[in-house]
Amino acid sequence: MNPEITELDKKIMKCLQDDIPRTLTPYKDIAESAGTTEDVVLERINHYKEKKWIRRFGATLRHAKAGFKANGMGIWVVPNEGDRQRIGEEMASFREVSHCYERPSYSDWPFHLFTMVHGESKAECEDVMRRISEKTGLKEYDILYSSKEFKKSSMKYFL
Amino acid sequence: MEMDSVDRAVLNVIQTGFPVASRPYAVIGEKTGLTEEEAFSRIQNLKKGGIIRRIGASYDSRGLHFSSTLCSAKVPPEKIEAVVKAINKYHEVTHNYERNHAYNIWFTLIAESKERIQQILDEICGETGISVIRNMPAIKKFKIKVDFKFKDAGSNGNNAEEDE
Repeated sequence: MNPEITELDKKIMKCLQDDIPRTLTPYKDIAESAGTTEDVVLERINHYKEKKWIRRFGATLRHAKAGFKANGMGIWVVPNEGDRQRIGEEMASFREVSHCYERPSYSDWPFHLFTMVHGESKAECEDVMRRISEKTGLKEYDILYSSKEFKKSSMKYFL
Repeated sequence: MEMDSVDRAVLNVIQTGFPVASRPYAVIGEKTGLTEEEAFSRIQNLKKGGIIRRIGASYDSRGLHFSSTLCSAKVPPEKIEAVVKAINKYHEVTHNYERNHAYNIWFTLIAESKERIQQILDEICGETGISVIRNMPAIKKFKIKVDFKFKDAGSNGNNAEEDE
């Protein structure tokens, strides 16, 4: 845990990691349960945002009901290490790509870049992959779909 | 549930930033032409209707000094159930999917330290007899999507929750 995060911060941050109280004055209610004032809670939340401890503060929507219907994990071989930064940035510029990471490769896993691709259908996801391939010149790639979801949860940083 | 244009306007406001203010629903109301009570009840209905999962913070694992990774394993079909059970019992495991590849089990882990991640992977291997779990922490993160905008009835939004 980041040592700058105080015991009071932990109490406040625990209240924010699930659903904030369903009242007209959620911050006042959080302040009461954390043993502080509403002004302090508001000030601390702004501090967490400035520090980028909070990446996003807002509503999380349910994927299946509100989101795209299909998504796949695109995997790419980028043999030349020096190309990965530029190509990663190019991939990230596609609006259908939600996540783009470089990860370690192995002898039986030759892929370097990962792109989560979203579309209305698998065919649309594959079209996105083709367009990325054309833009980047990468020829060795694949897309893995999930056939079963065993777990999907929000991380509980504060227990 | 069916959403109208006002619902979508409300969602656009609160997806990227729920107001940090004493009366947040009054602020949302001002931006969308609703009263405080109307904004509040719209949002409660979007929760009841299953559109909104929750309203709160998405923490940055790096900012909190946590470590995160994506792991994959080759698991024979007859062992999948037991292996999934062993993996999912950790609260540090946030996502776990079966995928169409020889590496068929894919899960994400967020933990206090790299050492804790290794400990969890060792425990899973010990418990299940799986010999290889590929641990693939990001070398570089080029994009972690925040949200997609709602436009009109045909186009839906989506937001990615975790940063792994």
